[in-house]
Amino acid sequence: MTSGRRRTVIFGGLLGLGALITSFPFIWMVTTSLKPLSESRAYPPTIVPTTISFDSYVRLFTELDFARYLLNTVIVVAIGFGGMLLVAMAGYGFAKFRFPGRNAMFLLVLATMMIPVQVTMIPTYLILNSVGLTNTLLGVALPTLVGGFGLFLTRQFMTTIPDEMLEAARLDGAGEWRILRSIVLPMSQPILAVLGVLTFITGWNSFLWPLVIATDSDNYTLSVGLSLLNKQLTVSPPLQMAGASLMVIPILIVFVILQRHIVQGFALSGLK
Amino acid sequence: MNVTLTTRAKRVPARLRPAARVSLTPYLLVGPAVALLLLFGILPILVAAIVSLTDLDIGGLGHPETIRFIGLENYQTLFADPDFWGSLANTAFFVLIGVPTIVGLSLLIAIGLNHSQSRFFRALRSFYFLPAITAIVAVSLIWGYLYNSQFGLLNYVLGVIGLGPVPWLSDPLVAKFSVAGVAIWRATGLNIIIFLAALQAVPKEYREAAAIDGATAWRTTISIVIPLLRFAILFVTVTTLISWMQFFDEPFVLLKWPANETMSASLYIYFQGFRFNEFGFASAASLVLLAIILVVTAVNLKVRRVNDD
Repeated sequence: MTSGRRRTVIFGGLLGLGALITSFPFIWMVTTSLKPLSESRAYPPTIVPTTISFDSYVRLFTELDFARYLLNTVIVVAIGFGGMLLVAMAGYGFAKFRFPGRNAMFLLVLATMMIPVQVTMIPTYLILNSVGLTNTLLGVALPTLVGGFGLFLTRQFMTTIPDEMLEAARLDGAGEWRILRSIVLPMSQPILAVLGVLTFITGWNSFLWPLVIATDSDNYTLSVGLSLLNKQLTVSPPLQMAGASLMVIPILIVFVILQRHIVQGFALSGLK
Repeated sequence: MNVTLTTRAKRVPARLRPAARVSLTPYLLVGPAVALLLLFGILPILVAAIVSLTDLDIGGLGHPETIRFIGLENYQTLFADPDFWGSLANTAFFVLIGVPTIVGLSLLIAIGLNHSQSRFFRALRSFYFLPAITAIVAVSLIWGYLYNSQFGLLNYVLGVIGLGPVPWLSDPLVAKFSVAGVAIWRATGLNIIIFLAALQAVPKEYREAAAIDGATAWRTTISIVIPLLRFAILFVTVTTLISWMQFFDEPFVLLKWPANETMSASLYIYFQGFRFNEFGFASAASLVLLAIILVVTAVNLKVRRVNDD
């Protein structure tokens, strides 16, 4: 074995071990969600369930209102994807146009990344309250619709699109919307993958804000619904873990599908 | 507006035409996003500044006429409150533990993962990214069980190897490290991806040239690869620093009611605002935290720039 080979094997082994430790809480989450209630309370705890039961998942949708929470979360995520379009538009504007106020506005975008959510929470509540958007799903999604981090990455990425291509399209008589749709967006696929995943994660996992703003259980998101399971009188570990799995698995699938694009997207946005 | 633009475009030379034509377009492109950021990022700061000068509480929300303007009283009370200073000290503690660990650990793992482009190494990435995509509520449930002092898995494992149980969350001092540990575990994933991306942008030729000159892989990493990652390291450090100065989620969901030892500045603000409903007072505290974050970030960027020159 050459020294390079040996090193790869050692690295692979160490990283594999690290990956196992990092992901252990999830393995445990999924296996617990499949245990019958009695086994979940056994001590010493079992890692692999002796009997597999899907009861907890069924209970989430029959006895509890998780179908409703799931639908609400999907709606919040969908509104978030609308925001992605605004971010892509703004990224193109900041990357490819020179105009008075550009630098000041971009600085403002970067500054919003530094504002703690606790600063904006009370005023945002007051603002949304004054236009009657508290206790609505739109109110849940609106404050995080555009994020400074995503806009920064998008702008960085879009500066790498060659000006010549845009000029050629303009000479051919294409309008700016047409250029955005047929050239800029298709060429920005890797960063759109990054944005898509970040948007999905933000909307899907949002917890604190829906907790503050959604007072009616009809407007609860999955996170809020899941946190209620912790407050019940009889806590059922498999039920809680089934809820947690329901939240984690969809994102995991999205990430695995888009993984290659995500690394590429970050790489091409000039983060080096 | 359009008419004047077209007539003017006819007169100017062709090569200048796009510049004249785009005058409104960029504002239409960036407008909606900037407007939303103004509405939910900047306007709230102004509102918070005004609210911080009043005694607004839950009663004031329903009866605006009862709100009184009290000048800087909230700030005076805040600076006289030892709990607020304690929460700032705790935040500093979390930052000092969290930021170096996350930057170092993410960089180390990313360099390791970048060692080979084989299927196995690629598959490993998803495992490391898992914590980053997990909802904080799910995190709290999972770690709540693992940390449970009576029937938690961690204490069971400690018992098997002959060690006594650890009061992971019940002892405030231990809890400080327990919640920081979960936050570190959760924050590495995204940063690993950012470092991986930056590593892929390092030209192969640089490594090959170093290898021809007889440099070991270790030496190449230290002297060539890491200096090339300067911008990525700065980016990760600054974003991690900002998010740890706002440290909130993990202690909020893992501890039912944080003790003085685990009360971060953000938690302090949340409790004042949404548990005690002292909106005016909480707004004052939140603006002080924002000022601290802005100063620390600016100093950090300045120091880096000086070092780079």
